[in-house]
Amino acid sequence: MEETAEIWELRLYVAGKTTKSVTALANLRKYCEEYLKDKYVIEVIDLLLQPQLAEGDQILAIPTLVKKVPEPIRKIIGDLSNEEKVLVGLNIRPAKRTE
Amino acid sequence: MKTTSSDSITGLPALQKARTGIKGLDEITLGGFPQGRPTLICGSAGCGKTLFSIEFLVHGALQFGEPGVFVAFEEKSEELTINVASLGFDLNQMQKDKLIKLDHVHIERSEIEETGEYDLDGLFIRLGHAIDSIGAKRVVLDTIESLFSGLNNEAIIRAELRRLFEWLKDRNVTTIITGERGEGLLTRQGLEEYVSDCVILLDHRVANKISTRLLRIVKYRGSVHGTNEYPFLIDEDGISVLPVTSLTLSHDASSKRISSGIPALNKMLGGEGFFEGSSILVSGTAGTGKTSIAGSFANETCLNGDRCIYFAFEESPKQIVRNMRSIGIDLQSHIDNNLLKFHASRPTLNGLEMHLLSINKMITQFKPKTVIVDPITNLITVGSVSEVKSVLIRLIDFLQAEGTTVLFTALSLNDNISEQTDESVSSLVDAWLLVRDIEMNGERNRGLYVMKSRGMKHSNQVREFVISDNGLDLVDVFLGPEGVLTGSAREAQQLLEQTGVVLRDHAVSRKDREIERKKMVLEAKIESLKEEFASLQEELNKTFIEEELKKEVFEKNRHELSQIRDGKKRD
Repeated sequence: MEETAEIWELRLYVAGKTTKSVTALANLRKYCEEYLKDKYVIEVIDLLLQPQLAEGDQILAIPTLVKKVPEPIRKIIGDLSNEEKVLVGLNIRPAKRTE
Repeated sequence: MKTTSSDSITGLPALQKARTGIKGLDEITLGGFPQGRPTLICGSAGCGKTLFSIEFLVHGALQFGEPGVFVAFEEKSEELTINVASLGFDLNQMQKDKLIKLDHVHIERSEIEETGEYDLDGLFIRLGHAIDSIGAKRVVLDTIESLFSGLNNEAIIRAELRRLFEWLKDRNVTTIITGERGEGLLTRQGLEEYVSDCVILLDHRVANKISTRLLRIVKYRGSVHGTNEYPFLIDEDGISVLPVTSLTLSHDASSKRISSGIPALNKMLGGEGFFEGSSILVSGTAGTGKTSIAGSFANETCLNGDRCIYFAFEESPKQIVRNMRSIGIDLQSHIDNNLLKFHASRPTLNGLEMHLLSINKMITQFKPKTVIVDPITNLITVGSVSEVKSVLIRLIDFLQAEGTTVLFTALSLNDNISEQTDESVSSLVDAWLLVRDIEMNGERNRGLYVMKSRGMKHSNQVREFVISDNGLDLVDVFLGPEGVLTGSAREAQQLLEQTGVVLRDHAVSRKDREIERKKMVLEAKIESLKEEFASLQEELNKTFIEEELKKEVFEKNRHELSQIRDGKKRD
């Protein structure tokens, strides 16, 4: 965690309050609190309310988590239940795990 | 063209169909794709799947008032727009007019991480939004199989696809799904499992280095459909499917006649020439004057102020014009008057189907009264005999439906009159002229036969076919004790006959004069005998009169004597 100035801009696309969406949001909050405390912004977009936004980020699957910043852009789809994969996807402390 | 058949003869509700607007496809599907249901178009790379689906949308939007959504999984919207611009479809304008919506779904695998459960609601929402934004009635998903390469969890994708198709049916949009052809399956991922209403297979075959595109309806639930493989073409006007044969033989038959351009040939054909709208085959060996007959026919049509298209597969138009001029036929003036149109191409330029299509298109545009195809024999270089025959059948069908008269020339390699032509089209045509070499006395001459001519009296005789500076003519051959004489032998024989006539005339006149003289002699004799008779008669008359006179005088004397005697008594 060298680049301390980084802010993680995260967008979570959901479609209504489905079980998967709720689980995903809960999981995401948990990881962020644990690893990115005070260094993240989560924006939840409900496509049922704003369908036109799906095209911009090329959303297919629901739920999808999009990490815009820091680069590179990554998308993580699913209910984020696999912690390891989410952390790799978000590029959070990949080194720490191997130590 | 059939429209949507909402109720059949039985009065039961029949399958509603969405017309594709693709030439020929609506005929073989009897009205189009199943309305409100998904249709699968599958085939290997480059066989025209995307084009098929984009045409379906464009025609739907422009002709049938059904806007459409195109979801591209492979091509970007801009690429797609450029690709179809060559067909004259302006997708940008159509998007502005809200007739079509393009949506590029891009799946970048390297960006995506999958963790746990998910569904494809995002896709549904995007599609739903696109459909609602323009009120779409048609949807194309090209190629949805890309999902399988973009995402890992196949089980989820399959479940979601099934749900997607159900959802599309519920939305009552007519959908086309394209799929890449797989090993042993119609599609790589077995999409046909989900799309069971209508499956169309496209194929692209190369035989003898010439490619043919083929289309087959593998299945079509709830509808009758053509089951053959139908050739189709992609050209600057898009896709055209050509049914192998028209389904019926119901074209009109005209009893009007059209002159062949050779008066003596017309005479052989019942005095008036060919029937209008019939098909004529002129076959013969090389150099027998087939093209000259064709040129003469074209000339005649144009002289009557009608139009003619000449499809030349062997010679260039300039060459034909020059050659025809040498026999006194001026084709150039007809070209200048826009009555005659040449279309010259090598047969190997493209496949047979392409030839057929270009012929069809030109005929539809130019609306000629007569068409000449010179020669059909060369088409054999680009297809098998049966393919050529199938093309010619369709061509003849098409032309007869249009009421156009067609003249084919064919080169026969074997100089045997009972031989069928190589293309075995002689049974298809209405009239068949055979030009044949007759070799005799060290020279070759041409003999012309009318092998058949349906529905009219025609001469069964061979005529000598003479090509002179003034055009074509047919001359009666000389039938003598030595057989059929043609060419100089015929002319010699004619001279011989003329000499005979002169000699005979001479002999006759000499005899006449002798008789005349004899008559004069006899008449003179008769005259002298008459004179003799007259003098004899006179002689006889003389004695008779003397006798009379004598008798009279005697009587008188006796009377006087008796008077004297009586007078004496009285005294």
